[in-house]
Amino acid sequence: MKKLLERHETYVLAIIILLSILITSFNPNFLTLENAFDLLKSNAFTGILAIGVLFVLISGGIDISFAATATIAEYLTVIVCLQIGGSMLFAFAMAVLIGILLGMVNGYLIDRFSIPPIITTIATMNLYYGLLIVFSKGRWLYTLPPYFRSFADIRILTLSTANGLPYGISIITAIWFALMLLASFILNFTRLGRSIYAVGGDVISAQRIGIRVRMIRVSVYSFMGALAAVAGIVQALLVQTVAPNSIVGKELNVIAAVVLGGASLTGGVGSVGGMFLGVMLLAIVQNGMTLMKIPAVWYDVFVGLVIIISVGFSSWKAKRRSSGAIIDVQEAPRTHSEQTAGGSR
Amino acid sequence: MMMSGAVLYVETFKEYVGTMETEFLSMTHINKRYAGVHALKDVDFSIREGEIHCLAGTNGSGKSTLVKIICGVEQPDADSHIVIGGQEHHRYSRMDAVHQGIQVIYQDLSLFPNLSVQENISFNELLSGSRHLVSWKNSRTIAKKAMQRVGISITLDKKVADLSMADQQLVAISRALTNDVRLLILDEPTTALTKKEVQALLSVIKDLKKHGIATLFISHKLDELIEVADRVTILRDGEKTGTFNGDELDDKKIEYHMTGTNTTYTPYHMEPDTSHTPLLECRKLSREKNYADIDLTIHHGEIIGITGLLGSGRTELALALFGLNPPSSGTCSLNGEPLDLSDVQNVVEQGVAYVPENRLVEGLVLNQPISKNIVMTVLDNNLTRLGLLDDRKLKQKVDQLVKELEIKIPSAESAVKTLSGGNQQRVVLAKWIATRPKLFILDNPTVGIDIAAKTSIHTIIKQLAREGMGIIIISDEIPEVLYNCNRVLVMNRGRIIGSFDAKQTNEDEIQSFIDSHAL
Repeated sequence: MKKLLERHETYVLAIIILLSILITSFNPNFLTLENAFDLLKSNAFTGILAIGVLFVLISGGIDISFAATATIAEYLTVIVCLQIGGSMLFAFAMAVLIGILLGMVNGYLIDRFSIPPIITTIATMNLYYGLLIVFSKGRWLYTLPPYFRSFADIRILTLSTANGLPYGISIITAIWFALMLLASFILNFTRLGRSIYAVGGDVISAQRIGIRVRMIRVSVYSFMGALAAVAGIVQALLVQTVAPNSIVGKELNVIAAVVLGGASLTGGVGSVGGMFLGVMLLAIVQNGMTLMKIPAVWYDVFVGLVIIISVGFSSWKAKRRSSGAIIDVQEAPRTHSEQTAGGSR
Repeated sequence: MMMSGAVLYVETFKEYVGTMETEFLSMTHINKRYAGVHALKDVDFSIREGEIHCLAGTNGSGKSTLVKIICGVEQPDADSHIVIGGQEHHRYSRMDAVHQGIQVIYQDLSLFPNLSVQENISFNELLSGSRHLVSWKNSRTIAKKAMQRVGISITLDKKVADLSMADQQLVAISRALTNDVRLLILDEPTTALTKKEVQALLSVIKDLKKHGIATLFISHKLDELIEVADRVTILRDGEKTGTFNGDELDDKKIEYHMTGTNTTYTPYHMEPDTSHTPLLECRKLSREKNYADIDLTIHHGEIIGITGLLGSGRTELALALFGLNPPSSGTCSLNGEPLDLSDVQNVVEQGVAYVPENRLVEGLVLNQPISKNIVMTVLDNNLTRLGLLDDRKLKQKVDQLVKELEIKIPSAESAVKTLSGGNQQRVVLAKWIATRPKLFILDNPTVGIDIAAKTSIHTIIKQLAREGMGIIIISDEIPEVLYNCNRVLVMNRGRIIGSFDAKQTNEDEIQSFIDSHAL
């Protein structure tokens, strides 16, 4: 119990529960399976990106370019699929290859030339996104290959509402959860995963103990690229159009969700469970506002407040734990002043 | 495959029965030149199997270069000769050193603060195996065994960041022992430890010796190490002054071999002028869980030493006087004027300065030039009429202080982090002396710096006091307060429990007084 209270995740969960009670009291539709499944589907895009960001943050880095990577992977893949036909599997495979390639460039630049990750990825974000806009001329793609629609409609569990409408767990949600399981496995049970934590904890120590830091960094940014690509395809599945400018600009929200889930910007800390809660908290704020009929323009204000309250609270607790001496001050003074001290003469 | 580490372990755990005289490592005619600097001059050095060996020298004596050669990080010049484990090595690399069982524990320990004790200890095993999956069960077994071998028990699930320095060091040693170690090198292991913790460390080392593992201590503070050392090698300016048996040395002799001179302590004696208003007068300062009923009077020109065990409330009191840990009750006055201890800015303006214990973290901006660090505290007083910084005046100030404190610097524009520990400490002193304070509080001013630099810092402190400044020195080391202060106060559990006149007491009396009050 005490251990639970020390965990950041506990507080995020508490806020989620409080918010849920609040929203439900305004609109009982919030606490229904239908709404829950819908949330888990519509936030899969953010959630998949968040997995990649989690890895990057744990390794002590940061990535700003993932939205650009996602867009390029999505756009190129859809164009190629429209040309040659292809299949859903082909689409995912091709996107992931593009994502890995772009991610590797980030990782290599960061390690080889020791450019701070934030600068590197701001630069590559501009580079990637700029090139896409130049070559695509900003054109939207309104018609996707037919299998994009049929795949998006797959449900792995189907229920129906009181008035007979079907609903359930979407294949998209399943992809997100499978990726979270994979990520959790890598982080907790593989040499690679533990090395990522080690590099994020102390790079010099990691080098001294014999961890190949460049390999770790390139892997982490490549993994981010791969997940960004999957997220790009998921985005296409969700909205059924491809716009070169619809994803870029959402980077900070994803990073915020991951930090909200307990990952540290200084590296070495973070978990998949926490990340999931962080993503869901932001999702619930947005969903709750819709259900409570609060104008959407207030969204950013609430997101800001939620981040400050949640991150601020656990940071403040950590600060209180570490500072402030606790000395077992002697109770009844026998000899306390200089004049009567035992050793003075 | 997964258990290979653990099996290996049992084998090396056997009691060591070989003779002490076999040489594990022997190096002759070691020379090392870096672009124009002759860092090591024809040094011969050897370590016997299972021996406890100390390598001592001031900063810049070449001891770190020698250690880098021993662990294969640097290669000596061509004519050098290295034999390890009976085998001659012509091109000796880091990997060779690891294969020969040489493990280094750096001063910063190189642990992962964000990971658990268990994982830190077992990380080597994770990297050495060919499997890519983690077996947490195996990791736990390895960590447990390593701790057993060192004879300690620390909660395996605790994060390393939450451990004390002493425990972190034991974790680092445990980690080194998961490899097949023949020689353990410890770089400055005692600087961050209290006396009791050092004793615990030494008993671990003595235990390793029984298993045939040699230990090399690198240190400039030998007093605690000397009693367990079989031999001591001392370097000065890149040359070996000699290898001695542990029992033929004492503090004075070591100091002589290290510095080439005999420093004589000139104790600080002064009779405070009690007819004047005291510089600082505190009555009944208390703060819950920090300190209680502190009565303290300091006259102009006095140097007051405060000692006591770690956790006695010394640092908490120092922070209180600087306004960073304000009392909840009690009064305080500076030169007869009331001093509000709840406001640092005000306390600084009234003329109190404080040099923190951890100079690297708290006192300096390491990446900034020396000049900017020194004038950081006096920017407000050196403005032109337009309110901009007066570069000419600031430069004068820097030059004057650098000269006054004999800070050895390549240029006032180099970053502070390029300086040695002793010189960094002097930059911190300079920064505060620039404000010309009335009361100067120094928390462990000479931790981690060598004898030569220590002495010169003490000289500066005494000079400042003679000019009328009041000074408080907080230190673990009784000699430091005894030989540099006119009055020594002992704290325990948040209270001042004893006051000694430095002229009429000695080290043993204070030590036994502290021990008699220890929990």
